[in-house]
This record gives sequence, structure tokens and C-alpha cells, in this order.
Amino acid sequence: MSDVVEKTLSALPSLLSLDSQAGAGKLSPSSKLGNLIKGITELTSKHEEERLIKKELESIKEQVASPNTTMRQMKEIMVRAIYCEMLGYQASFSYIHAIKLAQQGSVLEKRVGYLAVSLFLNETDEFLLLLVNTVLKDLQSTNLIEVCMALTVVSQMFPKDMIPAILPVVEEKLTHPKEIIRRKAVLALYKFYLIAPNQVQHIHSKFRKALCDKDPGVMTASLHIYLQLIKENPESYKDLTGSMVTILRQVVGGKLPLDFNYHSVPAPWLQIQLLRILAYLGKEDQGTSEMMYDVLEESLRRAEMNHNITYAILFECVKTIYTVHPKSQLLEKAAECIGNFVLSPKINLKYLGLKALTYVVQQDANLALPHQMTIIECLDHSDVIIKRETLELLFRITNAQNVTVIVEKMLEFLRLTCDDYSTIDLVGKVAELTMNSVFSLGGDVMQPDIPNNFLRLLAEGVDNVEDRQLRLFAVDSYVSLLQGETAKLPQRFLQVISWVLGEYSYLREEESDPGSVMRLLARLLDQRHTSTETRSWVLGAMTKLCSSPVSVALARDVCERYFWLWCSFIPQVDSSLSFLDGYVSEALAAGAAPYKSPHQRQEDLVQEKALSLEPYGLSLPVSLSSCSITDRRSPTLLSMSSVSQCYFSSTTLKLEGVKRVWGKDGYLAQQQSAGETPTPLVELPSPLLSPQSPPSQTQKPSSGLEPDQEKRQLASSLFVGLGSHNSVCLVRFPSTVWLFIKHCQSANQSNVVKALFKPLRTLDHTTSNGNPHVEGTEQRVEAGGPLSLIRGNGMVAVVPPTHTQTDPQTQQDLHPAPALERPRDLPLTSHLPAELSGLARSEFTPLCSDQDSSLALSACRVYKEDALVLLVFISNNNDSALHQMALQLTCKELEVYIFQTGLNNKVPLFFSEIPVGRSRNQDRNTRGSSNRDLEKPRIFCENFRNSCMPLTVSTGDYGKMWLSFSHDLKQNLQLVTTEHQEPLTATLDALKGKLHLHVVDIIGSEGIVACRLLQGPGQGQPCLLHCRVHADSLAVWLRSPVPELPDSLLYHCQKALTET
Amino acid sequence: MQFMLLFSRQGKLRLQKWYVPLSDKERKKISRDLVQTILARKPKMCSFLEWRDLKIVYKRYASLYFCCAVEDQDNELITLEIIHRYVELLDKYFGSVCELDIIFNFEKAYFILDEFLLGGEAQETSKKNVLKAIEQADLLQECTFPV
Repeated sequence: MSDVVEKTLSALPSLLSLDSQAGAGKLSPSSKLGNLIKGITELTSKHEEERLIKKELESIKEQVASPNTTMRQMKEIMVRAIYCEMLGYQASFSYIHAIKLAQQGSVLEKRVGYLAVSLFLNETDEFLLLLVNTVLKDLQSTNLIEVCMALTVVSQMFPKDMIPAILPVVEEKLTHPKEIIRRKAVLALYKFYLIAPNQVQHIHSKFRKALCDKDPGVMTASLHIYLQLIKENPESYKDLTGSMVTILRQVVGGKLPLDFNYHSVPAPWLQIQLLRILAYLGKEDQGTSEMMYDVLEESLRRAEMNHNITYAILFECVKTIYTVHPKSQLLEKAAECIGNFVLSPKINLKYLGLKALTYVVQQDANLALPHQMTIIECLDHSDVIIKRETLELLFRITNAQNVTVIVEKMLEFLRLTCDDYSTIDLVGKVAELTMNSVFSLGGDVMQPDIPNNFLRLLAEGVDNVEDRQLRLFAVDSYVSLLQGETAKLPQRFLQVISWVLGEYSYLREEESDPGSVMRLLARLLDQRHTSTETRSWVLGAMTKLCSSPVSVALARDVCERYFWLWCSFIPQVDSSLSFLDGYVSEALAAGAAPYKSPHQRQEDLVQEKALSLEPYGLSLPVSLSSCSITDRRSPTLLSMSSVSQCYFSSTTLKLEGVKRVWGKDGYLAQQQSAGETPTPLVELPSPLLSPQSPPSQTQKPSSGLEPDQEKRQLASSLFVGLGSHNSVCLVRFPSTVWLFIKHCQSANQSNVVKALFKPLRTLDHTTSNGNPHVEGTEQRVEAGGPLSLIRGNGMVAVVPPTHTQTDPQTQQDLHPAPALERPRDLPLTSHLPAELSGLARSEFTPLCSDQDSSLALSACRVYKEDALVLLVFISNNNDSALHQMALQLTCKELEVYIFQTGLNNKVPLFFSEIPVGRSRNQDRNTRGSSNRDLEKPRIFCENFRNSCMPLTVSTGDYGKMWLSFSHDLKQNLQLVTTEHQEPLTATLDALKGKLHLHVVDIIGSEGIVACRLLQGPGQGQPCLLHCRVHADSLAVWLRSPVPELPDSLLYHCQKALTET
Repeated sequence: MQFMLLFSRQGKLRLQKWYVPLSDKERKKISRDLVQTILARKPKMCSFLEWRDLKIVYKRYASLYFCCAVEDQDNELITLEIIHRYVELLDKYFGSVCELDIIFNFEKAYFILDEFLLGGEAQETSKKNVLKAIEQADLLQECTFPV
């Protein structure tokens, strides 16, 4: 049938030429409407059409007003008026005449009159009131056609308030002998129910009668009412379930007259209506659902013909099956059915399949699994509608694992449809919501270009209202996020937050004080979980926000603390720092001193050098591989699989000879750094840092991350053959130096730090040939050494000796004469991260080095407020530069942070923190001194020395604490005597040095000292010492809230003093 | 169903039936936007559209587009069949219907539609019954007014 129709219709364009005789011939070619239509077809411009219609309307107006116009003419006029209205021209003057026509015309004219009324008027139109009497009259007419017309118009529109006037008559029609009247009456009542439910409440019993009408048409019509009723209140109609099931079974079984078949399918509309009703009835009701399982199954089975209408039934059936109380057998069949839809080559069915999947995956996400490939294909479908539905489906099955791809796809879609406001709004919000949950969920694991895409989405939008709202929404939600606990947020998310706040905080400027965002960012900066990379993003954001005095002050403060980070941040963006000029001059104008880095300040002490930023221009890019930061939050994970990695853009690592003797800060060292500064490092530009990136791009964080991506790709291709470890790190540079520091949970808990240097089989044969090292060479560092903190943990360093051929030019530059005489402590000091530089720390202690001392490891402990930080430095003692370096860290118990500052030849490499209040060491070894039994807590073990932290208190606080502590101990200790110090001072200094005590005050022959425990059972607990010189010994009085602590501390004091 | 529109490939409206009360201005805006959206779509694309908060089901028969707006929970496929059934009715009534039949006899097309859909719901799904009702009405008018 449809073929015929289409064929006929396709012949049409040729007919619709200028001369439309053929079509018009069917009607009356001479009729006025025919002329009008023909006239319009002949026109070429919209303007002409307007003129013609205007003329036509004038003529219509004239005619309807004329008393001589007959009703027959009026009918003809009304048709023309309808036509003009359809073309979009107002013919409101004719409305009243349409009503008149319905009132006064004969049946024929009445029909057109009613039609015109139903087309012209609205339910709310006051004109309709004029129609009520006419309708009432016609309803009571003996002419069947008139009654039908009246019911038809009533079912389409009727003034709500007038319903009571005609309701009895309509009700009466429910028992009319003619089924067409009954059917229309039912639909009229349905309409009344929709617009005024209260008015038809009393006739519910009559609805039931209609449901049982012998005519299927009337019954079908009554289902409209029941669908509505059951949808609103399923509980009241549960008793109908049986009837509905029976009806459906009869329909499916082909019991209806053949008239109701549609393409050989029995009454599909009725079936679908019934299925919908059953869905409402069976929803969350097992008993009711059980009644319908059979018939649902039968519907599924019967609807197997390959025609759209059977698919329609199947689709409804599947929906019902998934809505009612589940029955696994049916669900299986339904799922299969959905599969057929999804796999169908017909696009409409595919769409519905996706839609059905979207619906069902909310119950069981696994249902999407068999269709993965189809879904992926649909994602790239040329039809936007399919794409969108697919995204909707994906949105429902988003989890931590697949979030990456899904969000990516969503953003792709968003970019494609940026012209469609409603779409961008809708999906933008979806994405926005997802982004937040997703970032905090999937966070660091995801590809860096996803946040980039998101940021681009935010950035690229035109400056319209929607975009601003989206941005403001983002800013607001991020601000509130930052106000909460930020420790759990992944680094990438923090980076996104920083960027968004930096860019768009101005949008909310009106409602909050300008400093608030700045303060939030600063807080973020100070938190220790914040990675270096994130910090640089934060700083970037802060730069953008320096618009108010408050912000500038804050920024200045931050700036001074984090200059080392700036150094690594800025080159990535703009090596000339030009974009900072404004800010710097502003800050300078505001009275800030020109910035100097810690090590420059030292430099300046010696030789008042001008500020030179050149060395920083070459510092390392911040682009740490994301995994190096991400995995550290889970120490167990670290030990299991992941390995923290870092890598260096080697060209900046110029390693000069550094001896293993550690001196104190001194003149010579300063000379060294002075010598280094002017080194023309620019001659070795790192490919990453070369000024090829134009400043315009610099502010885009996205550009900053792209190399990262590149690296990943490179890394996978470069290190594919290595595979010795579960993760591959590094990047970009073929390995010449490998250094593995491994924490081996060795069983013997030996007090030896093993430093095992052995050659690594390098990829490059030529380099490994020249390898002077013998595998298995071991160097032992005795217990009690400075690294006792990681004592018991094995440490393995592997260094192949091959330092790449250094560019001769560079070698010369790096070879200033006095190099050999330089002490080394100072350079390392200057490489302490700024955060740590002001804190108390131990001396730098060499841990190990390879045989020719070309590479050395050294460590120092830094005592933070809340943690003990172990810093490990790798330094190159060789004169040749290290061009490549790869580092792999495995650490079970420590949180490892990786720092790279890339300053010349020292690489402060990583540090790990042991937060106070977390027990790290399960070592129950009680090698402590005194005659304690085995129950003695761990604080007596030798580790005490490393567990002790200075406690900074004022004398006043000391006094208060002293009085509140109950456990005390008195003992005499020997005094340390030196040449140029008072015995007391000398002794306390010695203790301070060895045990990291804090000397609170020295008054005369008395001194007060405080410390606290970093770890162990008494962690965080203080211990106070009161020392008094008595004769040639030191009378010490210790007090602590922990009983064993004074005893333990005393022992260590004794030991420390004996050692000196 | 919320409304039904018939329009030509040139974007000319041929029939409009609104089952929800909307102002004249809204109607015009909706039909203008929708006609544009649908005409922009390629022939092999999906017949369903999510448009604003509505679900649009459309089908093209030769030069005429039939377009229905339904509620979200409505069955798209059956709506498509409603369109088809309507075309079948027109075809039967006019005998190989073409666009010109609908242009010149649009009031008849409305009558058929009203007999098939009432208040936005399928009123009578039996083709025979619909046509019988129309014929009766037509017959009556011819008897009353012999030409």
C-alpha cells in the first residue's frame, strides 16, 4: 500500500508546476479557493504572497460582513480563511463567522464551521462560549452526523467551565445504539477528564461499561481513559488486571474482527495501549505481574513478523517486561529482542534499540556488554540523534573505568553541535556533572586530553548567556569543592579547578570578595598532597587573579615561598617571563623587593650579582608523568605494582664533579654557584623548552599537557622491549643511566643499608661495552648511619656507567677550574625545595655511590611540622653531563614525592614523608639499652633517634607543660667540653644535633629543651628536659605524659654524649 | 499526541492540527523551527527527533512531510504507523492521493484526520470504519445540497 502511495506522491512535483490544472481539476477549478491557491503557486516572492493574501483577506472580510452572503458562500469563504491562516496570516475577524456558520448552517456548512472553529480557536478562547449552545443543540439532534460533529469538536476543545452544561447529554451518548457515537462520547469524556478530572468522577462506573462494550472501537477508546487513570493511581485499578490480560490475550489470539487488523497484525494500537496499562499495573507489584507473564510472553512470541508494526509491539512489550516485577525468563527474551533492535540495519529500530538499552541498563549494566561494538559504531553515526541516544546510554553505564572514553565522546559531541543551543545546554550540563564526579572518581587515571577538552569546551564557547552560566556554574561548584576537604581530589581535577578558577572567577566577582578564591588557591598550594604539577597550575591561576590589592599581597607571599616552582612553571609557558612583567612591575610598585631565589640570595651575599633568570629558563618542564604523582596515595599499591617514576630532560642536567666529603656552607661553595650562574646553559636547549611556543599559547594549559601525551606514546614505543618491571617509566630519552632504588622487604631486617650498584643491561650495546662495573659489587653502610630510617629496608641502586658523550663545547663550559675544590653540602642545600628549606634538618649524608663516584646518592632528613621528610639526592660527580636518566622507585611504606629542579648537577630527587601519627615501622626489635623486658614499647628501639623531633615551644608554654606532665626522671649526664663554648651550650648543641631536640632557652647555668616523638606508641607526645650544670656534670630532669619516654630519651642522651 | 503538521519539501505548511492549547505565536514558532529542522535532515536518517522537550516522529511521503509530536513515553514506532495509516486513509479516500489533493481539499483531509484521531488519540483504527464515517457525512451533504 505504501508503495503505491509513495509512487503517486512522487509523481507530484511535475504536476505542481505553474499550471496546477490537474490537481485543481479534482475540485472546482473555477472555485475561489482554487484560484487563490493557483495564484499563490505562481508567485515568486514572499512579498508578493503577502500582498496577495492581504488582498484576499480584505475581500473575505468584506464578504463575511455583507448580509447578502449566503451560508453556502460563507462555507467557501471560511475554507479560504482557513487557508490564509495556515499560511500564517491572521484572519481573526472570521472567527465569529465560523461560529455563526456552525450555528446556522446546514449539516454541510456546519461541518466546515466546526472545523474552522477547531482550527482557529483555543481552549481558552472566549469565543468558545458562544459555541456551547450550538453544541448542546447538535448533541441532542436526531441527525447522526450532527451529533458526531458536536462530539468531535467537544473532544478537541471545550471551555472547562461549561462542561457541566453538556456533561449529562454526553453521558447519555454512552448508551447510544450507534458505536460511533458511543466511541466519540467516550473520547469526549476522556477529554473532560483531562481538563477537569473532578467533573467526571461520578461516571467511573460508566467507563467500566465502555470497557466492556461489545464494539472493539468503543473499548479501545475507553482504554485511553483507563491508561490515564491507572497511570495516576495504579492501586485503585489492580482489579482490572485480569480483564486487561484477557482482552490482550483475545487480541493477540486474533479474536477481533479483521477490520482491526493492520498489515495482518491484530489491532496493534489496542495491543500497545494494553501493554502500557499492564506496565503501570505490574510495576513493583509481584502478584499483579505474575498474572501477566503468560500474555506478555505470548505477545513477544506472536510479534515475530518483520514489519514496523510488530516492532512497535515488541518494543512496548520489552518496556513492559522491564517495568513489571522481573521474571528472568521473560527478561532474557526481552534482552534478546533488544539485541535484534540494536543490530537492525534499520536506523529507526537501531534508535529504539539504543533507547531500550538505555532504559534497561539502569537495571543491569551488563546488558550493554554484548552490544559494545554496535554502541561504538553508533557513537560515530552520521545521525546526531543516534549519537545522542548512544551518549545517553553511555551516560547510564558510566563507571570509574570507562569514564574516560565516555566523557571524551560526550565532549566530542558537544563540539560538533555547538550551534544547537538546547543540545549544548543539555549535554553540557550532563558533561559538567559527570566531569565533577568523574574527575574525582577517575581523576588521575584519565588521559590528560580529557580535562583539556573540557577546558576547551568551557573556553571556546561564544560569549553567550548559556556559556556564561556554564562557566559560572563550574566556578561556583569548584569554589565550594575547594572550601571542603581537598585531600581526596585527584591532581588532575585540582588542575582543572585551578584553571577554571583562574579564568572565570571574575564571573562571580560581584558576589564575593576578590581574595577568597585566591586564598583557596593558596591553601591548595600549601597542602602537601598537592603535586608539583598541580602547584604550577595553581600558580598559573593565581597569576591571572592578581587584580585586587588583596590578591596581590597574597600572591607576593606565595610567590616568595614558591619561586622554585615558578621556575619550573614559567619555562613551560613563556621563557622570557614577559607575561609576568606587568605583575612584577605592579608588585615592585607596591613595594615588593625584587625576587631572589634562596640560592641566589646566597650568591648575592658574596657578589652582588644582578638578578638573572637564565638558568631557570632551562629548568625542567613540570610535565611529570602523571602516574608518578598519582600512585603515591596508596603505598600498598606502590609495592604491589606501581613504581613511581620520574624523568629528566637531560640536557639541563649538567653534572659536575662533586666530592663525597660534605662540608658546611662556606665561601667556596658560594663561589661555585657563582661560577655556575653565568654558564651559558642556553646552548643546550631542551627540546621542550625551546622558545618555539609562542606566548599567545602559553596561557593555555592544554598546550602544556600535550607533550605529556606525546611522551606517553613515545614511552610506550620506546620502552616496549624493556618490560622488566611492571611499569615503564620513562620517556623520551634512551636510557643511559638507570637507577633503581628498591625497597626490599627483606626478611632479616638487617641493619644494613645495601647499596648495590650493578650494571644494567642497557639497550645500547656500545655504551654497555664500556662498562667498568662488575655486577654484584656491594657497598655496605653500617648501621646507625644516617639512613637508619629506612634501615631494614633494602635499597638497590643500579647504575650503568655510561655517561653519554658530552658535547665538547658544553664540557668546556661546565669545567671551571676550581670545580674540584668545591664542598658539596651547600649546593645540595640550595636545592632543597623551598617548602623545606627553612626547616630543621639533618646533615646531608652520602649513602652510596658507584665505583668511580660518578653518581652519588645522599640523603637528609627534614623535620616538618607534621612529618619527617626523607630527601634523597642524586648527584653527578662526573664532569660530563648526563643526557639521559631514568629513575624507578619502589617503595612499600613511604609516600614518595618526586622533585626535580634540574638545576645543574644536583638533582634533589625525591623525598618521602612519614606523617606524624602514622605508624610506619612494625619493627619490634628492642635493641634498646636499659634492662627492660620485651613488652617495652618500640620507642626504646634504636629508631628513637629518628623518631625524635624538635618541639618548638615558648618558655611560657614550656612552663605550663612542665607542670602538667606527670612522669619524670632525674639523672646526671656528663658535660661536653669544647674550647670555645660554654659546657652547657656545647652539651645542648650536641644533643640538638644528634637527637633533634629544641633548645627552648638557656638562662645562666640552666637550659630547657623540648622534643616530641614522631612515631611509635607515644607519637606526637612531647618530652621536656630541664638541664642544670652541677659541678662538672649536667643534672637533667625529664618530664613527659608518657611514662617510658623520659627513660628512653635519657638513654639516648647518654649515648649521644658518650659518642661525642 | 500534541500536534500534527504536514508540510511540503519547500517548507510550506499543508495541514496543522494542534491538540494542545498553544497561542498563535507559539504555534508559528514551533512549526517554523520544526520544518527547518526536519528539512535539514538527510533521507537515511532516523525518523525520530528529540526536539526541545518533545519527541518528533516524521516521515516523508514523496514531497510531503508528515510530522507528529508525541510525549516521551509514547511509542515512536506506533506513531509512525499512525502517520502511515493516515496516508492510507487519504489514499483510499482520494484514490491515489497526491499533494495537490491535500492542497485543494485540505478541509477533507482535516475531516479524515478528525475521524481517525480525536483529541490527539487514535479514535478508530479500523480503516473501514473511518472511511464509512466520512462517506456517510459526505453523502449527507451531497443529498442535502445536490449540485
